[in-house]
Amino acid sequence: MDFGYTTLETRSIDYDKFDRKLIEYLLQYEPSLLVCMACGGCTATCSAGNLVDFNIRRIQLMVKRGETDTLKAEIDKCMLCGKCMLICPRGVNLRNVVMLIKKKLSIDSGQLATKNNIK
Amino acid sequence: MFSDYFYYPFLIGTIFLFVVVIGRFVKWFMGLSKIDKIRVRIGLFSMKTLQSVWESVREGLLHHNIFKTNKMLGYMHMSLAFGWFLLIVVGHIETSCYHGSMFFPFQHSIFFRYYVTEPTDFPGHAFFNYAMEILLFFVLSGVMLAYFKRFRSKTFGMKRTTRMRYGDRIGLTALWLIFPVRFLCETFTAGVYHNGSPIFNGIGDAFASVGDLNPWLNPLWLTYSVVLGVFFVAMPFTRYMHIPAEINLIFLRNWGVTLKERRVNTFTLAEVYSCSRCGICIDACQLNLAGIKNSQSVYVLKNIRNKNLTDEVLFNCLLCGKCQEACPVGIDVNKLRITQRIETTKQYNSSYDYLKTGKTRQADIVYFAGCMTHLTPSIKQSMLKILDHAGENYWFMDENKAPCCGRPLMLAGQYDAAQKLIDTNTKMILESGAKRLLVNCPICYKVFKEDYQLPGVEVLHHSEYILDLVKQGRLDVNPSDLRAVYHDPCELGRGSHIYEQPRELLNTALTLVPMAREREKALCCGGSLANTKISMAERDVLAGKAMEEFATYAPDLVVTSCPLCKKTFAKVDSLPVKDLAEVVAGAVERKV
Repeated sequence: MDFGYTTLETRSIDYDKFDRKLIEYLLQYEPSLLVCMACGGCTATCSAGNLVDFNIRRIQLMVKRGETDTLKAEIDKCMLCGKCMLICPRGVNLRNVVMLIKKKLSIDSGQLATKNNIK
Repeated sequence: MFSDYFYYPFLIGTIFLFVVVIGRFVKWFMGLSKIDKIRVRIGLFSMKTLQSVWESVREGLLHHNIFKTNKMLGYMHMSLAFGWFLLIVVGHIETSCYHGSMFFPFQHSIFFRYYVTEPTDFPGHAFFNYAMEILLFFVLSGVMLAYFKRFRSKTFGMKRTTRMRYGDRIGLTALWLIFPVRFLCETFTAGVYHNGSPIFNGIGDAFASVGDLNPWLNPLWLTYSVVLGVFFVAMPFTRYMHIPAEINLIFLRNWGVTLKERRVNTFTLAEVYSCSRCGICIDACQLNLAGIKNSQSVYVLKNIRNKNLTDEVLFNCLLCGKCQEACPVGIDVNKLRITQRIETTKQYNSSYDYLKTGKTRQADIVYFAGCMTHLTPSIKQSMLKILDHAGENYWFMDENKAPCCGRPLMLAGQYDAAQKLIDTNTKMILESGAKRLLVNCPICYKVFKEDYQLPGVEVLHHSEYILDLVKQGRLDVNPSDLRAVYHDPCELGRGSHIYEQPRELLNTALTLVPMAREREKALCCGGSLANTKISMAERDVLAGKAMEEFATYAPDLVVTSCPLCKKTFAKVDSLPVKDLAEVVAGAVERKV
């Protein structure tokens, strides 16, 4: 059906179809990610964000939207210093989120054998 | 003939035990690095070997370290280990005297009373009879305490005890049976043949008055042989493997073999198998307070041994080091945990290609505040004020931009990633030409001190630096009548062994109240970056409990020397928390 207007193809997110693997994995091991309200405090204080274009708030958005294509390059910028976690008004354990994302991406790209330590 | 075969279970068990244990020791030795092997070869013919022998006696037999934890617990272990050891040694001498020679079938000394029933009169016969019976009572007292401990562990100073595996139960049952069965064997035999001292003969007679003992003798001696055999066969597969492994560990450690932080080698196994699962580390662990009960060191060691360690357990640890201080075996649990973390995360280290060395400035002293200090600006301002006051030519390295020190990454096992940050920072520090590097964060301090290669640069924690200023008379501190408790940060205290400088400094500014749990026994604030799994709510519980304990000393304020500790405690709304720099900066202000 044509209503005479469209959304931009590249920005459309089909919530019924997108890849939920990563977000489900994260919520299983770090449920606190669910309470994030995207205030951006984490990004404001970020040590890595001070040195390079890096936005951890956007990362949680990317994860929740299933936009995992550019995630690897982004997440690798984090220095794991922990300021975001201390500043977070919702108590999201962001260091664990970062580590879990790195781990899951690594498993999915086949770098890490699915051994007993991946549970 | 019964006497020809009844000792077979014991013999088979013993041979099996020796083959497995020696096999493992050889495997562990072969798996060591070349340098470690050379260390062993050099150490073998040095004083260190004698030291190890003494340490083996002190820890393996007398259990000196467990005595320090709790006297009852120490006695229990000592009576079992030392008592059993003496039973074997004295029994062997007794048999040698009887045979008049050092060479006799091995089983004769273990089952001496079974073989020697006729009246004899070899030298020292009466003495040996008494000695062996008293030793058996000594061991039995330990066994009785062990029974009692299962039900009432609190009497032994232990609130919690380790959960057991199925195999451990078999080993434990066999161990519990060995000495009571031996007691029955010897008293029954004495009841029939009167071959013991008057003590056992008397007990034997009492048993004999109930019924005929003769038919019981063979089954009892067979049972004794079987429980010994079962225990020896079970030993390599249960926690009782710690008995030989601990001795092995003592020798290896004294010869200078250590766990290399970047990789797992067989020394890991030598340490893992030395864990007796006594559970002393469980009580030392503060995570209990937050209801975390599966990640204590004993369980991590157990999981490594059983090859079922999960990240959820491995990373749920503050690495505060309290369990390591408490461990009677002296296992280097923190290093062990970090090597495991390196192993599981090595596939996903970052490269940080974006890092550039920023502008540097020539200075005498470099001040690196660190990420955590930027979250606690009052500490940063106090530090700058002190530096200005002392008239230092300093360069504030991370005033605007600088990478993290790298320690948070290392605590998460990301050593390769951390190296990139370390390289960048090293370059900047060396370019500045400074002779001293000042940090006020113990997390940064530890990594700068231990992992950075900074030739000619002295790394100083601000407690050391400010104390120096005061001693040189470059800073006048105005004393006040405030009472304070000092909280030892884990990374500074147990991590870097700096206990006295902060106290000496604080004593110039206020009155310090001593606490029961401080220095090596200090509590962790709960904020440690080493734990990536603990939730914020659980961290708050730990901080709250620690503050409760501080409050019992009714201080005016809590002083610490770590920005992260301060930040963590600040969430608890009970006592004011200050960093040492703030206290000193405040005391300087009043005078001016």
